[in-house]
Amino acid sequence: MSDAPLLHTLFPNIDDWGELGRACVDTLLMLGGSLLLTVAIGLPLGVLLYLTARGQLRAMPKLYGLTALVVNVLRSVPFIILMIVLMPVTYVLVGTKLGIRGAIPPLVIGAAPFFARLVETALREVQPGVIEAAQAMGASTWQIVRRVLLPEARAGIASGITVTAIALVGYTAMGGAIGSGGLGDLAYRYGYLSYKSDYMVVTVVLLIVLVQALQAIGDRVVARLSRH
Amino acid sequence: MASRPQPRSPVIRFIDVHKSYRVDGRDIPALQSFSLDIADGEVFGIIGHSGAGKSTLLRLVNLLERPSGGRVLVGDTDLTALDDAALRAQRQRIGMIFQHFNLLGSQTVAENVAFPLRLAGERDAAKIRTRVDELLARVGLQAHAGKYPSQLSGGQKQRVGIARALANRPSILLCDEATSALDPQTTGDVLELLAEINRELKLTIVLITHEMDVVRRVCDRVAVLDAGRIVELGTVADVFLHPRHPTTRRFVEEALPEEAAAEQAPYAHVPGRILRLSFRGAATWTPTLSRVMRETGVDFNILAGRIDRIKQLPYGQLTLALDGANVDAALHALRAAGIEIEEVAR
Ligand SMILES: Nc1ncnc2c1ncn2[C@@H]1O[C@H](COP(=O)(O)OP(=O)(O)OP(=O)(O)O)[C@@H](O)[C@H]1O
Ligand SMILES: [Mg+2]
Repeated sequence: MSDAPLLHTLFPNIDDWGELGRACVDTLLMLGGSLLLTVAIGLPLGVLLYLTARGQLRAMPKLYGLTALVVNVLRSVPFIILMIVLMPVTYVLVGTKLGIRGAIPPLVIGAAPFFARLVETALREVQPGVIEAAQAMGASTWQIVRRVLLPEARAGIASGITVTAIALVGYTAMGGAIGSGGLGDLAYRYGYLSYKSDYMVVTVVLLIVLVQALQAIGDRVVARLSRH
Repeated sequence: MASRPQPRSPVIRFIDVHKSYRVDGRDIPALQSFSLDIADGEVFGIIGHSGAGKSTLLRLVNLLERPSGGRVLVGDTDLTALDDAALRAQRQRIGMIFQHFNLLGSQTVAENVAFPLRLAGERDAAKIRTRVDELLARVGLQAHAGKYPSQLSGGQKQRVGIARALANRPSILLCDEATSALDPQTTGDVLELLAEINRELKLTIVLITHEMDVVRRVCDRVAVLDAGRIVELGTVADVFLHPRHPTTRRFVEEALPEEAAAEQAPYAHVPGRILRLSFRGAATWTPTLSRVMRETGVDFNILAGRIDRIKQLPYGQLTLALDGANVDAALHALRAAGIEIEEVAR
């Protein structure tokens, strides 16, 4: 690398840039995997919350109350604690408590309820009149969800995905502290435990860049979807 | 008298229907028990003030509201007895348009019109395209197929709503204040389109409105709704020319502000008897008045008047002061010629 001497001057403590690169990739993998699963679980959960709420299409106050309770409990536990508490569950689910695989279950369980609430809010923004028109045309509840609610709320859902992705970046960094790897792990082990502050600086900068990039992509997608 | 359409078989029957809403554990009545038949192919108007129960009544037809009691028949089917799937199939045969259009903002005009076809299970893209083109041509929006609702004017949006409502070839079209959000010019255009659809597709239209002028222009019959009760029901000509209930009178006065003002005019100093004459159909075009006045030697003075149409039917209404020895004979002769006469109180 031609710029290695410069980097070396700036960050004398970082002798293995390859390790930093691998940590980046790990963070991206954790983020991508957990975001995918979060959306896959949170979206139906959000739809369930929306549909079963009082006065809605499939009002079921008891089911709504129960779902809302679980969602609220999961959301009120700080992520770092959730991760520790969930370790046995994680082990059962993926066969390890460590690494990327070990990080994904708590990330998803922590983020899916949060995302589900964002989906519920986005769905509530859909004009009731449009839903009524679909009912008048003979749409089933499933058709209303698929052909009315999700398309009409897509900008709101996209912005929910953006917010959730950014929250997940924070969670993955926290997860580093208890052995899930990635940038958070480097920052914690070298930057905090070994006082190599240049590691801290570089990882923080990389995390900032990642968050900025996610926000920029999210904003563009939302703008595209809400142009009409 | 005007030729009246033969009574046709009812397509919608309300039998002892009433409706209450449950609010905070109490039943608040929205519609008092009523029975009503709506005939095949007619344009039936429901007029009433805000909160009178118009939307509730309309929504009983496709069971968006369930009656608290009584039965609603569409064709021969009792909707209240259907299971979910059968009710959805019935609803596909009943189109509905709305005051605020209720289009899918995320979909193009063409997609909005294709929507009910897809709901009904149509998968063939070519068939959908053909049908959508046909419908957009009917409402005059071929050029706008690729636009989004936010890029259209109110009148254009309502046309999309109409095309969408017609997609599955319904036999009934329900209109909930379909022109209330539109300016007078656009209202006229949309009403004309509805009348055309009624004529050409033999579709039964039930429309609700708070404007008598809408009723006058397109409806065959009208029900006047006041605080959850049908207080007047009849052909538009009868109700419009001879309103009985105070609520109906007020609606007619709103539609004819000059006449209402003329009625208020002080006639005290006007000599003779003051009468309102109504001519309908052919009687509007014959010189009956001048013939009778000449023959009876009665003097007349025109205080107010108008000639207009109720849907296709021409009508005239004149407020006259009649003076002379033979007024009764003149009135007799006018009545014999088919002119309706009412005494105006002064
Ligand atoms: N879902 C509901 N729950 C409780 N009360 C209702 C509901 N819908 C309508 N009502 C009440 O029923 C009555 C009739 O309402 P409706 O909407 O049929 O009136 P409307 O004639 O259509 O009025 P507008 O011209 O304002 O649309 C009103 O008093 C209204 O408050
Ligand atoms: Mg209404």
